[in-house]
Amino acid sequence: MAAAAAMVGDEAERARGRRAALSFAAIAVVLGLPLWWRTTETYRAALPYAGIEGLGRLPLAVPVAVVFAPRSVPGDLPRPLPFTDVQEMDIAVNLRTSVTARYETAYRSTTAQEEAALDVATAQEADAGLHLLQDALLGALTVYVVPETSPLLPQGISVYVGKHRSALVRAGGGLATLRTRLQQLTQVMSFTSSSIAAALSDRLPDGQLGPDARRHLKSSLGYEITFSLLNPDPKSHTVDWDIEDAVNRYVQPVLDKLSLLANFSVDSQILYYAVLGVTPRFDKESSSFLLSAHSLPHVINPVEARLGSSAASLYPVLNFLLYVPERSHSPLYIQDKDGAPVSTNAFHSPRWGGIMIYNVEAPASPQASLPLHVDVDMVRVMEVFLAQLRLLFGLSREELPPEFLLESPGNEGLADWELDRLLWTHTVENIATVSTTLTSLAQLLDKIGNIVIKDDVASEVYRAVATAQSAVDELAMGHLHSAFQASKEAVTSSERAFFDPSLLHLLYFPDDQKFAIYIPLFLPMAVPILLSLAKIVREARQQRKEPTKMD
Amino acid sequence: FQDQAEQFFRSGHTNNWAVLVCTSRFWFNYRHVANTLSVYRKWLKWCCLIFHSHIVLMLADDMACNPRNPKPATVFSHKNMELNVYGDDVEVDYRSYEVTVENFLRVLTGRIPPSTPRSKRLLSDDRSNILIYMTGHGGNGFLKFQDSEEITNVELADAFEQMWQKRRYNELLFIIDTCQGASMYERFYSPNIMALASSQVGEDSLSHQPDLGIGVHLMDRYTFYVLEFLEEIHPASQTNMNDLFQVCPKSLCVSTPGHRTDLFQRDPQNVLITDFFGSVRKVEITTETISLDGDLAGFESK
Repeated sequence: MAAAAAMVGDEAERARGRRAALSFAAIAVVLGLPLWWRTTETYRAALPYAGIEGLGRLPLAVPVAVVFAPRSVPGDLPRPLPFTDVQEMDIAVNLRTSVTARYETAYRSTTAQEEAALDVATAQEADAGLHLLQDALLGALTVYVVPETSPLLPQGISVYVGKHRSALVRAGGGLATLRTRLQQLTQVMSFTSSSIAAALSDRLPDGQLGPDARRHLKSSLGYEITFSLLNPDPKSHTVDWDIEDAVNRYVQPVLDKLSLLANFSVDSQILYYAVLGVTPRFDKESSSFLLSAHSLPHVINPVEARLGSSAASLYPVLNFLLYVPERSHSPLYIQDKDGAPVSTNAFHSPRWGGIMIYNVEAPASPQASLPLHVDVDMVRVMEVFLAQLRLLFGLSREELPPEFLLESPGNEGLADWELDRLLWTHTVENIATVSTTLTSLAQLLDKIGNIVIKDDVASEVYRAVATAQSAVDELAMGHLHSAFQASKEAVTSSERAFFDPSLLHLLYFPDDQKFAIYIPLFLPMAVPILLSLAKIVREARQQRKEPTKMD
Repeated sequence: FQDQAEQFFRSGHTNNWAVLVCTSRFWFNYRHVANTLSVYRKWLKWCCLIFHSHIVLMLADDMACNPRNPKPATVFSHKNMELNVYGDDVEVDYRSYEVTVENFLRVLTGRIPPSTPRSKRLLSDDRSNILIYMTGHGGNGFLKFQDSEEITNVELADAFEQMWQKRRYNELLFIIDTCQGASMYERFYSPNIMALASSQVGEDSLSHQPDLGIGVHLMDRYTFYVLEFLEEIHPASQTNMNDLFQVCPKSLCVSTPGHRTDLFQRDPQNVLITDFFGSVRKVEITTETISLDGDLAGFESK
């Protein structure tokens, strides 16, 4: 009796033991594992991966207005004026990116005021008068078709491009000729497929790009311009340059016009005893010193070390150097690769800046007292420097069809439509940069699992995606200004997100190191649980084998 | 000029940068500091072809002012104290305890706190050719920093991939002079990287010559012979990478130097040494001018 009671007690004891072991195991698995998982995972805020994917397509819309002066309407118009026409052109970039250019052309005839503005003597006056009548948005073009016999355009010229956003085209030849001229005009005044391809250069494989792609300055939020006067021979020349006045008079108007594009800061300095890296050779025929074209690349480097730059700013620096040769090496001229002297006596380096050599006239009498006082002619110097600034940005007036005449922009430095060209390429470049940055950030975060994504990084990414999307939408509608502003904001946000200092991945843990860390913690705890589970399983099996023995 | 221009377009870079890292501390690792400073000096000797602002120099310990240095304020790289590589114009950007794996990775990836000065940043762009030189003590798959932490080859490969994603380099040359150096470039997977190492996995890199006056070894063999090779290069030289791969054969170096070029897009035959060890700018003659009206400028307003 007592033995039976003891056995029942034993049985109850064992059952309780089994329940306890099972409950330990259950708690460890059900509560412990998820708790451990949650407390050791890295915090990663959600990112808009879908939005990032969708930035691949770039539609560009250019609003063009074609205005026909009386007696210039071609006979073969498809419909009576006014009407609109849309032409699309695909610029193939690569598999992921496609750029579509849409030219929305509105054809109409002139108003009375426009006719009055066109009724002047020269094309310049017409251009000035028409500018007052338009409220041209950035990126929009207006083309005025004047009769074939109009005196506005000189002989042999059939297209005149003004300083603002309008052009005059000579009528004649029917609609097909007009269309060809229109196409050429839009290529000149807005963008060409190669300029768009150059803006997207980091998405194209190297082989497809021309050399142009690497020349022009990349789009940036600001640029620093430094003017330096190099005087290697202060014993012979005391050089005075009124740089402050020159910057205020000539450089500032150009920078004011470019202020839409980026922030500019200007500074200047004078360097003494700075020599060029190359010794010029003496040419007996012209009794002057010559620098040949192939020695020019070596000229800049020793000087560059001494130029310095602002410690605080991270913007790209454009250096413009004015070099006054030593008395023993005067006069100094640059030769181009054919051996002819260069009229500007200047050369420039893409993405860096330019150098101009300023020769001092020899004094009238050889007994003149040294040092000679030199007053630099800042107009001549600034003409070259500003031209170099234009070339560095990619505004060149060289490849044009012969019947085109471009108005010189004068002291403003660049025409309105040239500013538009820069805005088009920079907007496209900005959007492409945002897309690439965010895509690579997403790939990176996907690949390296233990980078922490903080909330403010995530919010920057969301903002970048939203502003980039609005930039693309504005481009599709032809609003260049708002598209550019949105693209700038998008670039700022995406760069801030990508380069956030908190995105450093935790040091790499190979799998064997992970085991080495967790085993000493979990193994001692797991051993009793596993052993008791094993015991329970063994007993359960035994019981099933001998159920009848208890009888 | 035309040929040079063509060549320039082939390489596609417009500026050069360098990151030189010495990762060892303590007086007996004098040779690592001397290695790094000699490589640094090699550039500046070439008439400032790459200048201080384009070099990020990281030295983990100060040998010149070390109390055990019998010739203070000098670091010699040649026996009989022929060449002091620690002159007046050395600019060390990261010194002593600032040389950590984290700072090194921050410099490479650009994820630097905003308060960092310009000289401590790698401001390269997509047209930069970068040279990265590392020296110190290493093992199979890792490089020791400061005797307390390591950088693994996987982390280095990931850092280079991040640089590639953000287009922070055009081409990258990675030179490492440590024991089992070849293991450090095994895991690279980003394009346009060429790597050289002083020894294969399982081999040690040996030092070159002790100096009895200073009491330590002054340089490592591989770096010594590489620099001897670079002595003969001048800015216009046409020597290519294949010649650099032949430097320091087993008879001189005792270890077998290795290199890796499969990730590089161009043929090493066409890659000039000066693409990485020099800086030649592309120039164009300015033929256009604009016309400014000197008198009217004051009155014309936009």
